[in-house]
Amino acid sequence: MEADPIGVATGNHYIDGDHACAEGAIAAGCRFFAGYPITPSTEVAERIAERFPKVGGLFIQMEDELASMAAIIGAAWSGSKAMTVTSGPGFSLMMENLGLATMLETPCVLVNVQRGGPSTGLPTLTGQADMMQARWGSHGDYEIIALSPNSPQECFDLTVTAFNLAETWRVPVLFMMDECVGHMTEKVVIPEAKRLHVVPRKYYRGKKESYRPFSFNGSAKTAPMVKTGDGYFIHVTGLTHDERGYPVINAETQDKNVRHLVNKIRDNEEKIRLLEEDGVADADVIVIAYGISSRVALKAVNDARNKGIKVGTLRLITVWPFPEKRIRELAATTKAFVVPEINMGQIALEVERASRGRAKTLLVPHAGGWVHNPNDILKAIEEGAA
Amino acid sequence: MNKTATGFTKKLDIPTPKEKLRHPMDRYLRTERFPHIWCATCGIGTILTAFISGLEKSGLEQEKVAVVSGIGCSGRAAGYLRLDSFHTTHGRAIPFATGLALGNPELKVVVISGDGDLVAIGGNHFIHAARRNIDLTIICINNFNYAMTGGQAGPTTPIEANASTAPYGCYEFPFNLPYLAESSGAVYVARWTSLHIRRLAKSITEALLKPGFSFIEVICPCSTLYARRNRLGTGLDLMRFYHDNALIKHGADTREIDIHYQDRIVVGKFIDKDKPTFLQKRDKFLRGKLGDKFVPYKGPQPI
Ligand SMILES: Cc1ncc(C[n+]2csc(CCOP(=O)(O)OP(=O)(O)O)c2C)c(N)n1
Ligand code: SF4
Ligand SMILES: [Mg+2]
Repeated sequence: MEADPIGVATGNHYIDGDHACAEGAIAAGCRFFAGYPITPSTEVAERIAERFPKVGGLFIQMEDELASMAAIIGAAWSGSKAMTVTSGPGFSLMMENLGLATMLETPCVLVNVQRGGPSTGLPTLTGQADMMQARWGSHGDYEIIALSPNSPQECFDLTVTAFNLAETWRVPVLFMMDECVGHMTEKVVIPEAKRLHVVPRKYYRGKKESYRPFSFNGSAKTAPMVKTGDGYFIHVTGLTHDERGYPVINAETQDKNVRHLVNKIRDNEEKIRLLEEDGVADADVIVIAYGISSRVALKAVNDARNKGIKVGTLRLITVWPFPEKRIRELAATTKAFVVPEINMGQIALEVERASRGRAKTLLVPHAGGWVHNPNDILKAIEEGAA
Repeated sequence: MNKTATGFTKKLDIPTPKEKLRHPMDRYLRTERFPHIWCATCGIGTILTAFISGLEKSGLEQEKVAVVSGIGCSGRAAGYLRLDSFHTTHGRAIPFATGLALGNPELKVVVISGDGDLVAIGGNHFIHAARRNIDLTIICINNFNYAMTGGQAGPTTPIEANASTAPYGCYEFPFNLPYLAESSGAVYVARWTSLHIRRLAKSITEALLKPGFSFIEVICPCSTLYARRNRLGTGLDLMRFYHDNALIKHGADTREIDIHYQDRIVVGKFIDKDKPTFLQKRDKFLRGKLGDKFVPYKGPQPI
């Protein structure tokens, strides 16, 4: 479907990633926003507060992040496309109802502009240390979709993608920015509305009596939704439930319910997957990176290539679900993976696991506050190639 | 067919065996989910009955009323009502309902939940939704304890009352909920007990038809935990206690209606005033500031 032109600020802009993310959400049809201010994500909320009254959107600043996350789930069930935005400490508070969104299979988008942690950490400085929290932060078993943009342009483009994925798979989608990308100002081109592909919500149109809010038959099938107020008298619960949405507390129902939540993502990893590969076919070393680190790594990759090392790059645009199969394939043909990330080793663990000992994994950690020195990445590339 | 005195025949209004006997309230209930989980002589069921009569009297379309609950025995109310119904997370019923109500302003959204859910873990959401005057009706089932988890002390447990986490009696000052609601900005505030079914139903009708944040506290027997631990008898004995000790005082000053352990309970309608809702205020305000540039939120796109 084409985007609604009222929300599309077509043209060339010179804006930062936070603002671009806000524009991406509005362009994607998001008309409900609930959030709580926190650096370095606040500018997203501020731009939305300014723009929404002019495009028919509803902005509300809630009392905390617990409430913000709960409110967007409620709004999504009313039929709106909804989003919230936060950083570190707020992301922790949102984990509670991220679980509810997952359990209720609620399409919505949660943006985390990452800063240094733990706790209050580095409020104004960058980090990429919430990547495992994105995957495992709420209790229980589930799979999640998480995207990681590396430029303001991508903050726009991929926010639209995040909304589209949320509707396609009926899931909350995490948009894992970092402070650098959020506060970096670059050219952002916003296309005309008719060139923007927007996935509308899939609504049920059959007989009222036969509607089931969930479908656990086959991992690719996700039940269409209905809007609250349309007379379907739906019931949904955070308890383990059957396809009617009714709680059933036993191991058999748990198995169906949880397998569905997990498999609809796991079995469709290749359809969801967004990767950017360069020169991986005959590479001795492949640098795997995401977000701002993928741009810093380019300097090291160029330096290594100038030194005659065969080095390729693999950029994770979708970090979750993890492209396990692709990494395993590449592990068979390359000597080493180099993983620079602004944390003490998170995605590197996944790379190591996926490569199953076929290729070495060299982590280049950074505790946060600034980006890597490209020379540290270069050193790891040289070590991997040796 | 029966012969009447006048010799005419008349069909008696008795259902044939094929027709199922249906209670008039069944259309508001998910009868397929019965039996419900509540204990015998628990007051929650009676409150649900009062809710259905209040809803019926309100004349609101069944399809346009949604109910949201948190977690607890009281929080199971949503699961038995044949409305669009949401059983959410502990304490978050109000913010969920806020998103639902603002997301589709055509809906009337009701929150039915427990004292622990609404004013302990959810206390912050409660005061802020009242402050903003979000168009919600909140029914707080106050059984003076955390029943679902086994009778622990909570924010409304009276001093001296025994609870599993207050084994020597509770010594914390409890909340006075009508006072909390009024001072936070609620436009309608009432308190009843699960004995005052007709009055409660009337309050529910009034609250449903009142735009803005309306609040009804319902004192409710928890026979299995609170009553047993405190040796207060069965649910029926508590109803008798309400009968003898509830004092109807409409318009009472909410500062003066604290509840003390096994003492008189002031009930009635305390507050009923008019104030623009969050959305009314927002739309008027933004139109004033932005003029023709203001595009009001129209709710979800029609399918
Ligand atoms: C975050 C969280 N903490 C704790 C619990 C456990 N829990 C379930 S219900 C409940 C208390 C319910 O008390 P109340 O709201 O008064 O409802 P009642 O059972 O008394 O009707 C608690 C603490 C939970 N489900 N979630
Ligand atoms: S434990 Fe108490 S509140 Fe819960 S159902 Fe039983 S009597 Fe009612
Ligand atoms: Mg209680």
